[in-house]
Amino acid sequence: MTRVGLIRLAVIVAMIGALELACQTGLIRHQTIIPPSEMATSLYALLASGAINADIERTLGIIVIVIAVSIVLGFALGLVIHALPRLREALDPLFATYYAVPIFIFYPVLIAIFGLSPIPIVLIGVATAVVAMIIATLNGLDRVPRVLTKVARVHRLDAVTTAMTLQLPAAAPYLFTGVKLSVSYGFIAVIAAEFILSPAGLGRDIADAYSDFNNRRMYALILFLLIIATVVNTVLHMLDVRWAERRSGGRT
Amino acid sequence: MNAVPRDIHAQLLAVTRVFPGAGNQPPVNALGPIDLDLRKGEFFAVVGPSGCGKSTFLEVLAGLQRPTAGTVTFEGKPVSGEVAEGIGVVFQEDASFPWLTVWDNAAFGLRRSGVAEAEIRRRVDDALAFMGLKDFARAYPSQLSGGMRQRVCISRTLVLQPRLILLDEPFGALDAQTRLLMGDEVLRLWRSTGATVLLITHALDEAAMLADRVGAMSARPGRFIEIIDTGWPRERDSKIVAEPAFGEITARLWDRLRGESLKALGHADMTAAG
Repeated sequence: MTRVGLIRLAVIVAMIGALELACQTGLIRHQTIIPPSEMATSLYALLASGAINADIERTLGIIVIVIAVSIVLGFALGLVIHALPRLREALDPLFATYYAVPIFIFYPVLIAIFGLSPIPIVLIGVATAVVAMIIATLNGLDRVPRVLTKVARVHRLDAVTTAMTLQLPAAAPYLFTGVKLSVSYGFIAVIAAEFILSPAGLGRDIADAYSDFNNRRMYALILFLLIIATVVNTVLHMLDVRWAERRSGGRT
Repeated sequence: MNAVPRDIHAQLLAVTRVFPGAGNQPPVNALGPIDLDLRKGEFFAVVGPSGCGKSTFLEVLAGLQRPTAGTVTFEGKPVSGEVAEGIGVVFQEDASFPWLTVWDNAAFGLRRSGVAEAEIRRRVDDALAFMGLKDFARAYPSQLSGGMRQRVCISRTLVLQPRLILLDEPFGALDAQTRLLMGDEVLRLWRSTGATVLLITHALDEAAMLADRVGAMSARPGRFIEIIDTGWPRERDSKIVAEPAFGEITARLWDRLRGESLKALGHADMTAAG
Protein backbone atom coordinates (compact mmCIF):
# COMPACT_ATOMS: atom_id res chain seq x y z
CA MET A 1 0.00 0.00 0.00
CA THR A 2 1.21 3.52 -0.76
CA ARG A 3 2.01 6.00 1.97
CA VAL A 4 -1.05 8.07 1.07
CA GLY A 5 -3.16 4.93 1.22
CA LEU A 6 -1.80 4.14 4.68
CA ILE A 7 -2.58 7.65 5.90
CA ARG A 8 -6.09 7.37 4.43
CA LEU A 9 -6.64 4.03 6.19
CA ALA A 10 -5.26 5.44 9.45
CA VAL A 11 -7.72 8.36 9.29
CA ILE A 12 -10.67 5.99 8.78
CA VAL A 13 -9.52 3.67 11.57
CA ALA A 14 -9.03 6.68 13.89
CA MET A 15 -12.53 7.97 13.15
CA ILE A 16 -14.11 4.56 13.76
CA GLY A 17 -12.04 4.23 16.95
CA ALA A 18 -13.14 7.67 18.13
CA LEU A 19 -16.79 6.80 17.47
CA GLU A 20 -16.37 3.48 19.31
CA LEU A 21 -14.81 5.26 22.26
CA ALA A 22 -17.47 7.98 22.33
CA CYS A 23 -20.26 5.37 22.27
CA GLN A 24 -18.66 3.07 24.82
CA THR A 25 -17.98 5.90 27.29
CA GLY A 26 -21.53 7.25 26.97
CA LEU A 27 -20.44 10.48 25.29
CA ILE A 28 -22.85 9.52 22.51
CA ARG A 29 -26.05 7.94 23.76
CA HIS A 30 -26.76 4.35 22.76
CA GLN A 31 -30.23 5.41 21.64
CA THR A 32 -28.63 7.75 19.10
CA ILE A 33 -25.72 5.74 17.69
CA ILE A 34 -24.56 2.27 18.67
CA PRO A 35 -20.80 1.51 18.76
CA PRO A 36 -19.32 0.37 15.43
CA SER A 37 -18.37 -2.98 17.00
CA GLU A 38 -22.05 -3.60 17.79
CA MET A 39 -23.01 -2.60 14.26
CA ALA A 40 -20.58 -5.21 12.93
CA THR A 41 -21.77 -8.01 15.22
CA SER A 42 -25.38 -7.14 14.49
CA LEU A 43 -24.70 -7.19 10.74
CA TYR A 44 -22.94 -10.55 11.06
CA ALA A 45 -25.96 -11.96 12.91
CA LEU A 46 -28.38 -10.58 10.31
CA LEU A 47 -26.38 -12.03 7.41
CA ALA A 48 -25.92 -15.37 9.16
CA SER A 49 -29.65 -15.65 9.85
CA GLY A 50 -30.49 -15.04 6.20
CA ALA A 51 -33.25 -12.65 7.29
CA ILE A 52 -32.24 -9.95 4.80
CA ASN A 53 -31.26 -12.13 1.86
CA ALA A 54 -34.45 -11.39 -0.09
CA ASP A 55 -34.06 -7.65 0.49
CA ILE A 56 -30.39 -7.74 -0.53
CA GLU A 57 -31.28 -9.62 -3.71
CA ARG A 58 -34.09 -7.22 -4.58
CA THR A 59 -32.22 -3.99 -3.85
CA LEU A 60 -28.92 -4.98 -5.46
CA GLY A 61 -30.81 -6.42 -8.43
CA ILE A 62 -32.64 -3.14 -8.97
CA ILE A 63 -29.37 -1.18 -8.57
CA VAL A 64 -27.64 -3.36 -11.21
CA ILE A 65 -30.56 -2.86 -13.62
CA VAL A 66 -30.59 0.91 -13.01
CA ILE A 67 -26.83 1.21 -13.53
CA ALA A 68 -26.81 -1.00 -16.65
CA VAL A 69 -29.74 0.82 -18.27
CA SER A 70 -28.33 4.24 -17.37
CA ILE A 71 -24.89 3.45 -18.82
CA VAL A 72 -26.14 1.87 -22.06
CA LEU A 73 -28.95 4.37 -22.61
CA GLY A 74 -26.80 7.34 -21.58
CA PHE A 75 -24.01 6.34 -23.95
CA ALA A 76 -26.42 5.74 -26.86
CA LEU A 77 -28.24 9.03 -26.29
CA GLY A 78 -24.90 10.81 -25.92
CA LEU A 79 -23.78 9.46 -29.31
CA VAL A 80 -27.01 10.56 -30.99
CA ILE A 81 -27.04 14.02 -29.37
CA HIS A 82 -23.37 14.53 -30.26
CA ALA A 83 -24.14 13.73 -33.88
CA LEU A 84 -27.00 16.29 -33.97
CA PRO A 85 -25.55 19.70 -33.02
CA ARG A 86 -28.90 21.52 -33.14
CA LEU A 87 -30.52 19.02 -30.81
CA ARG A 88 -27.54 19.37 -28.51
CA GLU A 89 -27.82 23.16 -28.56
CA ALA A 90 -31.47 22.81 -27.53
CA LEU A 91 -30.72 20.29 -24.78
CA ASP A 92 -27.56 21.85 -23.31
CA PRO A 93 -29.43 24.21 -20.90
CA LEU A 94 -31.50 21.24 -19.70
CA PHE A 95 -28.37 19.21 -18.97
CA ALA A 96 -26.71 22.19 -17.26
CA THR A 97 -29.62 22.58 -14.81
CA TYR A 98 -30.82 18.96 -14.60
CA TYR A 99 -29.34 18.19 -11.21
CA ALA A 100 -30.61 21.49 -9.80
CA VAL A 101 -34.16 20.10 -10.12
CA PRO A 102 -35.24 17.62 -7.39
CA ILE A 103 -36.43 14.89 -9.75
CA PHE A 104 -37.52 12.84 -6.75
CA ILE A 105 -40.73 14.92 -6.71
CA PHE A 106 -41.87 12.74 -9.62
CA TYR A 107 -41.58 9.54 -7.55
CA PRO A 108 -45.20 9.73 -6.25
CA VAL A 109 -46.39 10.27 -9.83
CA LEU A 110 -44.54 7.15 -10.95
CA ILE A 111 -46.03 5.15 -8.08
CA ALA A 112 -49.50 6.39 -9.04
CA ILE A 113 -48.90 5.17 -12.59
CA PHE A 114 -46.98 1.92 -12.01
CA GLY A 115 -48.04 0.99 -8.46
CA LEU A 116 -45.76 -0.25 -5.70
CA SER A 117 -43.57 -2.36 -7.96
CA PRO A 118 -39.86 -2.10 -8.75
CA ILE A 119 -40.71 -0.15 -11.93
CA PRO A 120 -41.03 3.32 -10.31
CA ILE A 121 -37.75 2.71 -8.47
CA VAL A 122 -35.99 1.69 -11.68
CA LEU A 123 -37.41 4.72 -13.51
CA ILE A 124 -36.45 7.21 -10.81
CA GLY A 125 -33.01 5.57 -10.59
CA VAL A 126 -32.44 5.78 -14.35
CA ALA A 127 -33.77 9.35 -14.42
CA THR A 128 -31.20 10.24 -11.76
CA ALA A 129 -28.22 8.44 -13.28
CA VAL A 130 -28.69 8.59 -17.04
CA VAL A 131 -27.98 12.29 -17.52
CA ALA A 132 -24.57 11.97 -15.87
CA MET A 133 -23.72 9.35 -18.47
CA ILE A 134 -25.07 11.48 -21.34
CA ILE A 135 -23.02 14.48 -20.19
CA ALA A 136 -19.88 12.33 -19.78
CA THR A 137 -20.37 10.85 -23.27
CA LEU A 138 -20.75 14.30 -24.84
CA ASN A 139 -17.72 15.52 -22.91
CA GLY A 140 -15.67 12.51 -24.04
CA LEU A 141 -16.65 12.78 -27.69
CA ASP A 142 -15.86 16.51 -27.66
CA ARG A 143 -12.33 15.65 -26.60
CA VAL A 144 -11.60 13.02 -29.23
CA PRO A 145 -8.70 14.55 -31.19
CA ARG A 146 -9.78 15.60 -34.69
CA VAL A 147 -6.72 13.94 -36.15
CA LEU A 148 -8.25 10.55 -35.25
CA THR A 149 -11.12 11.25 -37.64
CA LYS A 150 -8.56 11.89 -40.38
CA VAL A 151 -6.73 8.69 -39.47
CA ALA A 152 -10.04 6.82 -39.76
CA ARG A 153 -10.57 8.26 -43.24
CA VAL A 154 -7.03 7.39 -44.30
CA HIS A 155 -7.78 3.80 -43.23
CA ARG A 156 -11.13 4.02 -45.05
CA LEU A 157 -13.15 3.03 -41.95
CA ASP A 158 -16.94 3.29 -41.97
CA ALA A 159 -18.80 5.34 -39.33
CA VAL A 160 -19.53 2.40 -37.01
CA THR A 161 -15.95 1.06 -37.11
CA THR A 162 -14.64 4.58 -36.51
CA ALA A 163 -16.92 4.96 -33.49
CA MET A 164 -16.10 1.55 -32.02
CA THR A 165 -12.35 1.34 -32.72
CA LEU A 166 -11.27 4.97 -32.40
CA GLN A 167 -13.84 7.32 -30.87
CA LEU A 168 -15.01 5.03 -28.10
CA PRO A 169 -11.51 4.14 -26.79
CA ALA A 170 -10.36 7.76 -27.18
CA ALA A 171 -13.32 8.97 -25.14
CA ALA A 172 -13.06 6.12 -22.62
CA PRO A 173 -11.56 8.08 -19.69
CA TYR A 174 -14.48 10.52 -19.82
CA LEU A 175 -17.00 7.72 -20.29
CA PHE A 176 -15.59 6.02 -17.21
CA THR A 177 -16.28 9.18 -15.22
CA GLY A 178 -19.89 8.83 -16.38
CA VAL A 179 -19.92 5.18 -15.32
CA LYS A 180 -18.65 6.08 -11.84
CA LEU A 181 -21.26 8.85 -11.46
CA SER A 182 -24.03 6.56 -12.76
CA VAL A 183 -23.08 3.93 -10.19
CA SER A 184 -23.15 6.48 -7.35
CA TYR A 185 -26.43 8.08 -8.48
CA GLY A 186 -27.96 4.63 -9.06
CA PHE A 187 -27.15 3.57 -5.50
CA ILE A 188 -28.45 6.77 -3.96
CA ALA A 189 -31.67 6.88 -5.99
CA VAL A 190 -32.65 3.24 -5.40
CA ILE A 191 -32.01 3.29 -1.64
CA ALA A 192 -33.73 6.68 -1.27
CA ALA A 193 -36.77 5.55 -3.29
CA GLU A 194 -37.08 2.38 -1.20
CA PHE A 195 -36.72 4.47 1.93
CA ILE A 196 -39.54 6.81 0.91
CA LEU A 197 -42.07 4.22 -0.25
CA SER A 198 -41.57 0.59 -1.21
CA PRO A 199 -43.02 -2.77 -0.14
CA ALA A 200 -39.54 -4.30 0.31
CA GLY A 201 -35.81 -3.74 -0.09
CA LEU A 202 -32.91 -2.61 2.08
CA GLY A 203 -34.06 1.02 2.04
CA ARG A 204 -37.49 0.01 3.25
CA ASP A 205 -35.88 -2.24 5.88
CA ILE A 206 -33.82 0.69 7.20
CA ALA A 207 -36.95 2.89 7.30
CA ASP A 208 -38.86 0.20 9.25
CA ALA A 209 -35.99 -0.30 11.71
CA TYR A 210 -35.87 3.48 12.20
CA SER A 211 -39.64 3.63 12.89
CA ASP A 212 -39.34 0.72 15.34
CA PHE A 213 -36.40 2.33 17.19
CA ASN A 214 -34.45 -0.83 16.29
CA ASN A 215 -31.02 0.78 16.25
CA ARG A 216 -29.05 -2.47 16.04
CA ARG A 217 -30.85 -3.51 12.84
CA MET A 218 -30.86 -0.02 11.34
CA TYR A 219 -27.12 0.57 11.85
CA ALA A 220 -26.30 -2.97 10.71
CA LEU A 221 -28.11 -2.32 7.43
CA ILE A 222 -26.49 1.09 7.04
CA LEU A 223 -23.08 -0.53 7.60
CA PHE A 224 -23.89 -3.20 5.01
CA LEU A 225 -24.75 -0.56 2.38
CA LEU A 226 -21.64 1.43 3.26
CA ILE A 227 -19.47 -1.66 2.78
CA ILE A 228 -21.11 -2.53 -0.57
CA ALA A 229 -20.80 1.06 -1.86
CA THR A 230 -17.17 1.29 -0.67
CA VAL A 231 -16.20 -2.01 -2.32
CA VAL A 232 -17.86 -1.07 -5.63
CA ASN A 233 -16.27 2.39 -5.67
CA THR A 234 -12.87 0.99 -4.70
CA VAL A 235 -13.00 -1.49 -7.59
CA LEU A 236 -14.00 1.29 -10.01
CA HIS A 237 -11.24 3.53 -8.67
CA MET A 238 -8.65 0.78 -9.07
CA LEU A 239 -9.73 0.18 -12.67
CA ASP A 240 -9.60 3.90 -13.34
CA VAL A 241 -6.09 4.20 -11.89
CA ARG A 242 -4.86 1.15 -13.82
CA TRP A 243 -6.17 2.49 -17.14
CA ALA A 244 -4.88 5.99 -16.41
CA GLU A 245 -1.43 4.53 -15.67
CA ARG A 246 -1.48 2.64 -18.94
CA ARG A 247 -2.39 5.79 -20.88
CA SER A 248 0.12 7.98 -19.11
CA GLY A 249 2.94 5.46 -18.97
CA GLY A 250 2.77 5.21 -15.21
CA ARG A 251 3.03 8.98 -14.79
CA THR A 252 -0.32 9.54 -13.10
CA MET B 1 -9.36 12.83 -69.53
CA ASN B 2 -5.90 12.89 -71.15
CA ALA B 3 -3.66 9.88 -70.55
CA VAL B 4 -1.20 10.46 -67.69
CA PRO B 5 2.46 9.73 -68.54
CA ARG B 6 3.65 6.54 -66.81
CA ASP B 7 6.33 8.20 -64.70
CA ILE B 8 3.76 10.62 -63.23
CA HIS B 9 2.48 9.15 -59.98
CA ALA B 10 0.04 11.84 -58.93
CA GLN B 11 -1.10 14.93 -60.74
CA LEU B 12 -2.93 18.12 -59.83
CA LEU B 13 -4.41 20.20 -62.65
CA ALA B 14 -5.77 23.72 -61.98
CA VAL B 15 -6.71 22.68 -58.44
CA THR B 16 -8.27 25.29 -56.16
CA ARG B 17 -9.85 25.09 -52.73
CA VAL B 18 -12.23 27.76 -51.52
CA PHE B 19 -13.76 27.59 -48.04
CA PRO B 20 -17.21 29.18 -47.57
CA GLY B 21 -17.11 32.26 -45.34
CA ALA B 22 -18.50 31.95 -41.83
CA GLY B 23 -21.69 34.03 -41.36
CA ASN B 24 -21.42 37.19 -43.44
CA GLN B 25 -17.73 36.73 -44.09
CA PRO B 26 -16.57 36.35 -47.72
CA PRO B 27 -15.32 32.93 -48.90
CA VAL B 28 -11.67 32.14 -48.17
CA ASN B 29 -9.61 31.32 -51.22
CA ALA B 30 -7.17 28.92 -49.58
CA LEU B 31 -5.39 27.24 -52.44
CA GLY B 32 -4.45 27.50 -56.05
CA PRO B 33 -4.75 27.27 -58.85
CA ILE B 34 -2.12 24.56 -58.57
CA ASP B 35 -0.58 22.40 -61.27
CA LEU B 36 1.87 19.73 -60.20
CA ASP B 37 3.16 16.42 -61.48
CA LEU B 38 4.59 14.15 -58.80
CA ARG B 39 7.03 11.75 -60.39
CA LYS B 40 7.03 8.12 -59.42
CA GLY B 41 9.52 7.49 -56.59
CA GLU B 42 10.57 11.09 -56.06
CA PHE B 43 10.83 12.95 -52.76
CA PHE B 44 8.96 16.23 -53.06
CA ALA B 45 8.85 18.83 -50.29
CA VAL B 46 6.48 21.78 -49.99
CA VAL B 47 7.50 24.87 -48.04
CA GLY B 48 5.62 28.10 -47.56
CA PRO B 49 4.56 30.70 -45.04
CA SER B 50 2.16 29.88 -42.21
CA GLY B 51 -1.45 29.61 -43.35
CA CYS B 52 -0.57 29.45 -47.05
CA GLY B 53 -2.56 26.27 -47.60
CA LYS B 54 0.19 23.62 -47.38
CA SER B 55 -1.89 21.23 -45.29
CA THR B 56 -4.97 21.93 -47.44
CA PHE B 57 -2.87 21.01 -50.47
CA LEU B 58 -1.87 17.73 -48.83
CA GLU B 59 -5.43 16.91 -47.79
CA VAL B 60 -6.76 17.60 -51.30
CA LEU B 61 -4.05 15.36 -52.75
CA ALA B 62 -4.80 12.65 -50.15
CA GLY B 63 -8.52 12.77 -50.83
CA LEU B 64 -9.37 14.07 -47.36
CA GLN B 65 -10.82 17.23 -48.97
CA ARG B 66 -12.49 17.75 -52.32
CA PRO B 67 -10.98 20.43 -54.56
CA THR B 68 -13.34 23.30 -55.39
CA ALA B 69 -12.12 23.18 -58.98
CA GLY B 70 -9.58 21.20 -60.95
CA THR B 71 -8.66 17.54 -60.93
CA VAL B 72 -6.43 15.34 -58.80
CA THR B 73 -5.30 11.95 -60.03
CA PHE B 74 -3.31 9.18 -58.36
CA GLU B 75 -1.93 6.43 -60.58
CA GLY B 76 -4.19 7.74 -63.33
CA LYS B 77 -7.39 7.49 -61.29
CA PRO B 78 -9.28 10.55 -60.02
CA VAL B 79 -9.04 11.37 -56.30
CA SER B 80 -11.92 13.29 -54.79
CA GLY B 81 -13.09 13.19 -51.21
CA GLU B 82 -11.89 9.64 -50.46
CA VAL B 83 -8.43 8.38 -49.67
CA ALA B 84 -7.37 5.97 -52.40
CA GLU B 85 -5.78 2.61 -51.67
CA GLY B 86 -2.02 3.03 -51.86
CA ILE B 87 -1.93 6.45 -50.18
CA GLY B 88 -0.57 6.73 -46.64
CA VAL B 89 -0.66 9.89 -44.53
CA VAL B 90 1.34 10.84 -41.43
CA PHE B 91 0.01 13.89 -39.61
CA GLN B 92 1.74 16.59 -37.60
CA GLU B 93 -0.35 15.88 -34.51
CA ASP B 94 0.37 12.85 -32.37
CA ALA B 95 -2.07 10.37 -33.92
CA SER B 96 -0.88 7.33 -31.98
CA PHE B 97 -3.61 5.52 -30.06
CA PRO B 98 -2.80 5.74 -26.33
CA TRP B 99 -4.95 2.71 -25.48
CA LEU B 100 -2.97 0.36 -27.75
CA THR B 101 0.58 -0.91 -27.46
CA VAL B 102 3.15 0.14 -30.05
CA TRP B 103 2.71 -3.22 -31.78
CA ASP B 104 -1.08 -2.95 -31.88
CA ASN B 105 -0.84 0.65 -33.07
CA ALA B 106 1.25 -0.49 -36.02
CA ALA B 107 -1.10 -3.40 -36.76
CA PHE B 108 -4.26 -1.25 -36.61
CA GLY B 109 -4.77 -0.69 -40.34
CA LEU B 110 -3.80 -4.22 -41.35
CA ARG B 111 -6.31 -5.75 -38.92
CA ARG B 112 -9.07 -3.81 -40.60
CA SER B 113 -7.96 -4.79 -44.10
CA GLY B 114 -8.55 -8.51 -43.71
CA VAL B 115 -4.85 -9.37 -43.91
CA ALA B 116 -3.90 -12.81 -42.54
CA GLU B 117 -2.55 -12.85 -38.98
CA ALA B 118 0.83 -14.33 -39.98
CA GLU B 119 1.29 -11.62 -42.61
CA ILE B 120 0.31 -8.94 -40.06
CA ARG B 121 2.94 -10.27 -37.65
CA ARG B 122 5.59 -10.30 -40.35
CA ARG B 123 4.87 -6.78 -41.61
CA VAL B 124 4.51 -5.22 -38.15
CA ASP B 125 7.69 -6.86 -36.84
CA ASP B 126 9.57 -5.69 -39.95
CA ALA B 127 8.20 -2.14 -39.69
CA LEU B 128 9.00 -1.84 -35.98
CA ALA B 129 12.51 -3.19 -36.56
CA PHE B 130 12.98 -0.74 -39.44
CA MET B 131 11.83 2.20 -37.31
CA GLY B 132 13.94 1.12 -34.31
CA LEU B 133 10.92 0.31 -32.17
CA LYS B 134 11.40 -3.44 -31.83
CA ASP B 135 12.32 -3.20 -28.14
CA PHE B 136 9.26 -1.03 -27.45
CA ALA B 137 6.67 -3.25 -29.13
CA ARG B 138 4.83 -3.88 -25.84
CA ALA B 139 5.12 -0.30 -24.58
CA TYR B 140 2.28 2.21 -24.70
CA PRO B 141 2.72 5.50 -26.60
CA SER B 142 2.69 7.47 -23.36
CA GLN B 143 5.92 5.69 -22.39
CA LEU B 144 7.68 7.01 -25.49
CA SER B 145 9.16 10.34 -26.52
CA GLY B 146 7.45 12.56 -29.11
CA GLY B 147 9.86 11.41 -31.83
CA MET B 148 9.22 7.75 -31.04
CA ARG B 149 5.46 8.28 -31.06
CA GLN B 150 5.78 9.82 -34.52
CA ARG B 151 7.77 6.74 -35.56
CA VAL B 152 4.87 4.62 -34.32
CA CYS B 153 2.56 6.57 -36.65
CA ILE B 154 5.01 6.15 -39.54
CA SER B 155 5.15 2.39 -38.79
CA ARG B 156 1.36 2.25 -38.89
CA THR B 157 1.49 3.82 -42.36
CA LEU B 158 4.47 1.76 -43.50
CA VAL B 159 2.87 -1.66 -42.84
CA LEU B 160 0.17 -0.83 -45.36
CA GLN B 161 2.91 -0.57 -48.00
CA PRO B 162 1.68 2.72 -49.46
CA ARG B 163 2.98 3.77 -52.84
CA LEU B 164 2.47 7.46 -52.08
CA ILE B 165 3.42 8.65 -48.58
CA LEU B 166 2.17 12.08 -47.53
CA LEU B 167 3.90 13.61 -44.51
CA ASP B 168 2.17 16.67 -43.01
CA GLU B 169 4.86 18.40 -40.93
CA PRO B 170 5.51 15.15 -39.04
CA PHE B 171 8.49 16.58 -37.18
CA GLY B 172 6.97 19.98 -36.39
CA ALA B 173 6.78 19.29 -32.67
CA LEU B 174 10.28 17.83 -32.34
CA ASP B 175 13.55 19.49 -31.38
CA ALA B 176 16.09 20.34 -34.10
CA GLN B 177 18.46 17.42 -33.44
CA THR B 178 15.69 14.84 -33.34
CA ARG B 179 14.30 16.30 -36.55
CA LEU B 180 17.66 15.79 -38.32
CA LEU B 181 17.76 12.17 -37.18
CA MET B 182 14.11 11.61 -38.13
CA GLY B 183 14.96 13.09 -41.52
CA ASP B 184 17.61 10.40 -41.96
CA GLU B 185 15.05 7.76 -41.10
CA VAL B 186 12.57 9.12 -43.61
CA LEU B 187 15.27 9.11 -46.30
CA ARG B 188 16.08 5.50 -45.42
CA LEU B 189 12.38 4.62 -45.57
CA TRP B 190 11.97 6.40 -48.92
CA ARG B 191 14.94 4.54 -50.44
CA SER B 192 13.93 1.12 -49.15
CA THR B 193 10.22 1.33 -50.04
CA GLY B 194 10.60 3.04 -53.40
CA ALA B 195 7.45 5.02 -52.58
CA THR B 196 6.82 8.54 -53.74
CA VAL B 197 7.06 10.87 -50.74
CA LEU B 198 5.51 14.31 -50.36
CA LEU B 199 6.61 16.23 -47.29
CA ILE B 200 4.91 19.37 -46.02
CA THR B 201 7.22 21.39 -43.80
CA HIS B 202 7.77 24.91 -42.57
CA ALA B 203 11.50 24.25 -42.18
CA LEU B 204 13.50 25.31 -45.24
CA ASP B 205 16.56 23.33 -44.15
CA GLU B 206 14.51 20.19 -43.72
CA ALA B 207 13.04 20.54 -47.21
CA ALA B 208 16.45 21.32 -48.73
CA MET B 209 18.04 18.32 -47.02
CA LEU B 210 15.40 15.72 -47.75
CA ALA B 211 13.84 16.45 -51.12
CA ASP B 212 14.68 15.87 -54.76
CA ARG B 213 12.45 18.84 -55.54
CA VAL B 214 11.18 21.60 -53.28
CA GLY B 215 8.02 23.53 -54.12
CA ALA B 216 7.97 27.03 -52.64
CA MET B 217 4.43 28.15 -52.00
CA SER B 218 3.10 31.69 -52.00
CA ALA B 219 1.09 33.31 -49.21
CA ARG B 220 -2.61 32.46 -49.31
CA PRO B 221 -4.03 31.42 -51.73
CA GLY B 222 -1.13 28.97 -51.94
CA ARG B 223 0.44 28.51 -55.37
CA PHE B 224 3.85 27.25 -56.37
CA ILE B 225 6.01 30.27 -57.10
CA GLU B 226 9.06 28.13 -57.81
CA ILE B 227 9.99 24.46 -57.84
CA ILE B 228 13.67 23.92 -57.10
CA ASP B 229 15.58 20.81 -58.17
CA THR B 230 18.05 20.06 -55.38
CA GLY B 231 20.12 17.64 -57.45
CA TRP B 232 20.97 15.45 -54.45
CA PRO B 233 21.98 11.83 -55.10
CA ARG B 234 19.47 9.19 -53.96
CA GLU B 235 21.99 7.94 -51.36
CA ARG B 236 22.15 10.84 -48.94
CA ASP B 237 21.72 11.64 -45.29
CA SER B 238 21.72 14.60 -42.92
CA LYS B 239 25.48 15.11 -43.39
CA ILE B 240 24.68 17.01 -46.60
CA VAL B 241 23.80 20.00 -44.45
CA ALA B 242 27.57 20.67 -44.41
CA GLU B 243 27.73 20.94 -48.22
CA PRO B 244 27.89 24.38 -49.86
CA ALA B 245 25.00 23.46 -52.18
CA PHE B 246 22.76 22.94 -49.15
CA GLY B 247 23.31 26.55 -48.06
CA GLU B 248 22.66 27.75 -51.63
CA ILE B 249 19.35 25.89 -51.87
CA THR B 250 18.22 27.12 -48.45
CA ALA B 251 19.20 30.71 -49.33
CA ARG B 252 17.34 30.51 -52.63
CA LEU B 253 14.24 29.19 -50.92
CA TRP B 254 14.35 31.97 -48.35
CA ASP B 255 14.87 34.52 -51.10
CA ARG B 256 11.63 33.34 -52.73
CA LEU B 257 9.71 33.00 -49.50
CA ARG B 258 10.74 36.04 -47.46
CA GLY B 259 8.31 38.36 -49.19
CA GLU B 260 5.54 35.76 -49.03
CA SER B 261 6.13 35.24 -45.31
CA LEU B 262 5.90 38.99 -44.71
CA LYS B 263 2.67 39.06 -46.70
CA ALA B 264 1.32 36.22 -44.58
CA LEU B 265 2.18 38.26 -41.47
CA GLY B 266 0.36 41.28 -42.88
CA HIS B 267 3.51 43.27 -43.73
CA ALA B 268 2.95 43.50 -47.49
CA ASP B 269 4.43 47.03 -47.55
CA MET B 270 7.82 45.70 -46.41
CA THR B 271 8.07 43.30 -49.36
CA ALA B 272 8.60 46.20 -51.75
CA ALA B 273 11.45 47.51 -49.58
CA GLY B 274 13.05 44.07 -49.86
